[in-house]
Amino acid sequence: MTTSTSDVLTAKYESLDATLGTLWGAGPEIGHLAAIIGLVAAIVLSVLGHVGAATRRRSWVENSGSFAVLQLITLVVAFVLLVHAFLKDDYSVVYVVSNSNALLPWYYKVSAVWGAHEGSFLLWTLIMAGWTFAVAMIGRRLPYQIYGRVLGTLGLLNTGFLLFLLQTSNPFLRLVPNVPTVGADLNPLLQDFGLIVHPPLLYAGYVGFSVAFAFGVAGLISGRLDATWARWTRPWTNVAWAFLTVGITLGSWWAYYELGWGGWWFWDPVENASFMPWLAGTALIHSLAVTEKRSAFRSWTVLLTILTFSLCLLGAFIVRSGVLTSVHAFAVDPERGVFLLVLLGVTVGGSLALYAIRVPAIRGRIAYMGLSRELFLLINNALFVVAVAVVLVGTLYPLAYEAVTGGDKISVGPPYFNRLFVPLMGLLAVFLALVPVARWKRTPIRLFRQVCWLLLASMLVGAVFFVVAIMSDRVLNIGSIVGVVIAVTLALWLLLSHSVDFIQRKGARPLGYLGMLLAHIGFAVGAVGVATTSVFSHETEVRLSPGDTVELNARQYHFVSVTTVNGPNYIAQRAKFDVGGISLYPEKRNYLARDSVMTEAGIEPGFFQDLYIALGEPLPDGSWGVRIQEKVLVRWVWCGGLLVCFGGLLAVMDGRYRRLALRRDGLATAVKAA
Amino acid sequence: MKRAVFFAPFIGFIALVAILYAGFHLNDPSHLPSALVGQRFPGFELPELTSGKVLGHQTLLGEIRLVNVWATWCPTCLHEHTTLMDIRRATGLSIVGINYRDDGEKARRWLSLYGDPYDFTIVDANGDLGVELGVYGAPETFIVDADGIIRFRHVGDVNDGNWNREFLPILDSLTDG
Repeated sequence: MTTSTSDVLTAKYESLDATLGTLWGAGPEIGHLAAIIGLVAAIVLSVLGHVGAATRRRSWVENSGSFAVLQLITLVVAFVLLVHAFLKDDYSVVYVVSNSNALLPWYYKVSAVWGAHEGSFLLWTLIMAGWTFAVAMIGRRLPYQIYGRVLGTLGLLNTGFLLFLLQTSNPFLRLVPNVPTVGADLNPLLQDFGLIVHPPLLYAGYVGFSVAFAFGVAGLISGRLDATWARWTRPWTNVAWAFLTVGITLGSWWAYYELGWGGWWFWDPVENASFMPWLAGTALIHSLAVTEKRSAFRSWTVLLTILTFSLCLLGAFIVRSGVLTSVHAFAVDPERGVFLLVLLGVTVGGSLALYAIRVPAIRGRIAYMGLSRELFLLINNALFVVAVAVVLVGTLYPLAYEAVTGGDKISVGPPYFNRLFVPLMGLLAVFLALVPVARWKRTPIRLFRQVCWLLLASMLVGAVFFVVAIMSDRVLNIGSIVGVVIAVTLALWLLLSHSVDFIQRKGARPLGYLGMLLAHIGFAVGAVGVATTSVFSHETEVRLSPGDTVELNARQYHFVSVTTVNGPNYIAQRAKFDVGGISLYPEKRNYLARDSVMTEAGIEPGFFQDLYIALGEPLPDGSWGVRIQEKVLVRWVWCGGLLVCFGGLLAVMDGRYRRLALRRDGLATAVKAA
Repeated sequence: MKRAVFFAPFIGFIALVAILYAGFHLNDPSHLPSALVGQRFPGFELPELTSGKVLGHQTLLGEIRLVNVWATWCPTCLHEHTTLMDIRRATGLSIVGINYRDDGEKARRWLSLYGDPYDFTIVDANGDLGVELGVYGAPETFIVDADGIIRFRHVGDVNDGNWNREFLPILDSLTDG
């Protein structure tokens, strides 16, 4: 019975497919057309929004929302048609044939859509349209001049992105008449769950900051940068920031298990490209808090909206222009790079010019005293901006060097970043621990007394930890232990001061407050993970044959066997290791279409430590190079990232934003009625 | 006056763009004369990578040498490694490594995996010698003559192009003189 039902369904699907056959066949052309209509919608949106707001044509602005809808619909159509081309193995499409293969499992065919440049940029414009749609729907209550300018700015941005897509990166181009029969396959590194979810989340974050940027531009033009403006901007910024946080965390996790080195952060330019907007965005969400609650930092906050989004665009330029593979390659085929550079220059230069002209009229002066919450948030901002500068210099210097010397390469590696970045984060932790006691305007000194006791308690625990670490028979350098002890002490202090504040707090504990606690504690958890895993982890690289046993940190690793396993599109050598009752299966995979070899690590995850085995090269005598690692507290790094993300989301859900919006609405109707 | 402050970000951005643009048309900074050229190689007392023996400045004397700053965290160094192996094989020139701010275990593994072009490798784990040499990234390569005087400094990777264009003429002049 069931089989006949499914037969009927299959038959129905096939007949539907046949009916639509001609239409499906023209899928890429329709997709291309849809993207062009999307571009037109974006242009109309920009005109209706900006001109409508400037010339006080309320109806123009009110109707601009429908073009946000049209833009989203057309780009969804374009995207779905590209997905369909991948699922149907339409190798007449250049982008499909270079990034897919008939043997690829269906879910990787779908994620292959954003596995390379053209498709991932289509996804970028789609997400941009999604954010624009969300603003158009949720922002209806905004004053129409603000609404129009925000939508108009978003429309202008997507106009630029869509022009870039259609001009330099069209994923719908055909390869006719000689259609290849075999696809080149998706880069095996990207055939993984991590890649299915990582780019969409990251893009949601990147593009999400365009909303904060659009609010900044709208605020500058309309001359409105007050507490209300900050209250409109805050939830959008928090959501984008939370997306970026989880995107970066997932990227780090993916690098850890997929690259086979057991590292979780490499300070490479692609990582930095997403980290810089995150750092600036973190400064922004804190600065927005001051602007909302105290109307202070106005000009600074709006500058941060510009800076954050500029760093998003810079990240897109670094990753998407080809400048990373080689500056030389970039110079040979500069079309994409130059287009992105112009886009970057116009957006950043234009918005900074607008800032310079408009901000003197808008900023306000609010007094606050030393040791106030304002001061703490100012320090937070300063630290994050310095951190951005550190990462920016370390990322751009090698690129600039290569460009200037005409091809000489240089690496600025972890030593540079760690030496500058780690002390900054240590300093940040000190101020974070003091956050719960700080009050707006002025903090009474007595409030600091309790937090000093908590510091003393944490230092006591830190001292005990130090003695235990020294006494344990491990050969470690004192400097690294001191580093971990400092990190643990500060993290504990932060945890204590936040917990005590939670318990002692009188009255309501709104979601915004809980989100702040959670995000700060996430920072502490992550910091402990980072410090501990980089100092206390064990690692060995040995040559082993099946049957051999090796000891690492008093644990026996028994190499049982190697077997050949057939995957859907690869052949793997799968090893079996027994470690104290559990088995790990690291693999060496040969992906057939590209003939490329990938390492699949065998990992036994744990709250306190991961056991991590990666196969190296097989040697002629039947033995294998094997890298075995015990990563202490490595999961804490990502747990911290997720807590930070949840904290951000919790703050967005704070009902106060909606209540305030409603109250203002009530006020407006009351005024109208009167 | 006050208003001018708000133009600072815009002006800063324009300046950045101008510097970057000009940078593409300026000379190679790796050609800029280094303050170190003509100076004695800075003194040091640091362990050797494989033997652990403490080496001093005098170990560099007696022969023209390339001194190459490298590390395992530096992808460019891996790229450069093949070139160094080729140079060593083709010319027999003495190459000394400075393993800069790195992990000794990883560095030894690297040399056994990719080959060892170095006569010996000085371990500069804390980067002190690197500071003396003004190292701000890796790789960097110095030509040091038989008297321990730095004759040439190159920032960035050694490749076929700059080897023939820059290194060889200086090495030739040193051997002729």
